[in-house]
Amino acid sequence: MADVNRGNRPLSPHLQIYRPQLNSMTSILNRITGNAMLVSALLIIWWLTAAATNAAYFEMADGILTSFVGDIVMTLSVLGLWYHALGGLRHLIWDTGRGLDVETADKMGWGMLIGSVALTFLTVIAI
Amino acid sequence: MKFATDRKRVEGLGSSRTGTHHFWVMTVTSVALLVLTPLFLFSFGPLLGEPHDEVIAALSHPFRAVVTALMLIVGLHHFRLGVQVLIEDYVHGLARKISILVMTLVSYGMMAAGLIALAMIAL
Repeated sequence: MADVNRGNRPLSPHLQIYRPQLNSMTSILNRITGNAMLVSALLIIWWLTAAATNAAYFEMADGILTSFVGDIVMTLSVLGLWYHALGGLRHLIWDTGRGLDVETADKMGWGMLIGSVALTFLTVIAI
Repeated sequence: MKFATDRKRVEGLGSSRTGTHHFWVMTVTSVALLVLTPLFLFSFGPLLGEPHDEVIAALSHPFRAVVTALMLIVGLHHFRLGVQVLIEDYVHGLARKISILVMTLVSYGMMAAGLIALAMIAL
């Protein structure tokens, strides 16, 4: 008899069972920042097409991107971009088989959180 | 007539049928983006809020144009593959296929729109 117990097997514990950890939280944030960059990309590409169209349309698009709300969205985009870049760097380090112990992974997690904020400050000041 | 053995045909491919191709493209594009991201932020970023003629002049500079073009191509390729994984984790059945199709079109559509605009400005 093939598989008489389908659908009635014990499940392995999922997200709601585990205590939140730095590792899981930084990983989830990495996914969120990567996919949320859809909004950033759409805005930047809209700005580019406006620049290619004419000066009046560009003024309008540029005004929206550099308005108060636009500044907030762009700053969050930079933060997300740096966070995702550092998260990707951590994955590249992990892929070489290094830093997989909890202590080192946690250190890199804090490095991502603090480093992304520091790099965002640096970027906003520099540009 | 195929001369490869059955084993040779499937070895390393796993259930996805494409083996580690997706993973490897993500790795290659992520390394490229680690270099491109700071270049893009510091060369393209200052243009936001500048007057139209200065933006046109700045983007006509080959270095900025190349960095922007590469960011669009590599970034949106990486984005497309990343969104695919997100969809595969949370969406199932036919909706999954449709979602992946739609996001593939959106990714390449954005890439094309950005590149065409850049070409109109830079050339």
